[in-house]
Amino acid sequence: MTAATPLPIQSPKPKVKPDMAVEVRIPTILRPHTGGERAVQADGATLSAVIDDLEKNHEGIKERLLENGQLRRFVNVYVNDEDVRFTGGLDTEISDGDTVVILPAVAGGAA
Amino acid sequence: MLTILREHVDAIIAHARRDHPDEACGVITGPVGSDRPERLVPMLNAAMSPTFYEFDSGDLLKLYREMDDNDEEPVVIYHSHTATEAYPSRTDVNLASEPGAHYVLVSTRDGAHESGEVEFRSYRIVDGEVTEEEVRIVDRYTDDSGDAAADPVPETEGEA
Repeated sequence: MTAATPLPIQSPKPKVKPDMAVEVRIPTILRPHTGGERAVQADGATLSAVIDDLEKNHEGIKERLLENGQLRRFVNVYVNDEDVRFTGGLDTEISDGDTVVILPAVAGGAA
Repeated sequence: MLTILREHVDAIIAHARRDHPDEACGVITGPVGSDRPERLVPMLNAAMSPTFYEFDSGDLLKLYREMDDNDEEPVVIYHSHTATEAYPSRTDVNLASEPGAHYVLVSTRDGAHESGEVEFRSYRIVDGEVTEEEVRIVDRYTDDSGDAAADPVPETEGEA
């Protein structure tokens, strides 16, 4: 029994702070905030943090997305193709390599 | 000025009549930078309302992904008013988010959903400013630059 090879001690993964880099797709109407870029990098562990990080590099974009701390009614945000309204809104968790897409609603009407 | 195919005008009017009294909506996409509406995509009005329209959010993502894949953009965004004139409402102006698009409005009011003429008008809506524009209806696109032979109209093919 003593011959049993000792289980190698799992060397803990190097504790590099994960930076959760994600690509954020920017719609035409918000590109003035990104110098015309269609997609930019941002990081954060939640959508809320990603938006804060976006604001650091692209001033004014946060206000276009949020109103009173909530996602604006006519801005759609998708994380990996899921509308965040169904995945926890601003608290939606973000993982490294996720794709965030921002699309303004196409809406209107006589009312 | 909006130059648009007659078949698209007819299809938009038919869509608006079909969905009356609810508002109908959709887009015509075209190659990026071409200003040429080529591919008509009627959309579901997720609001199903006589006074409001909104593309379903899942459909919207799918549409934009398709356009990205095809190097297209929304050249025309259309919807109907069913009890008022074909002019952008305050809501239309506040929510307009494609400054490069032609916003087409049609009206099926006053019985136009059954017979008679359906108003068909086009606007630019940029930074809250509405500018009506002329609509030129053509049977097919020709090259306005006069270089028609060198630039045949490409068929919209659904390369996937």
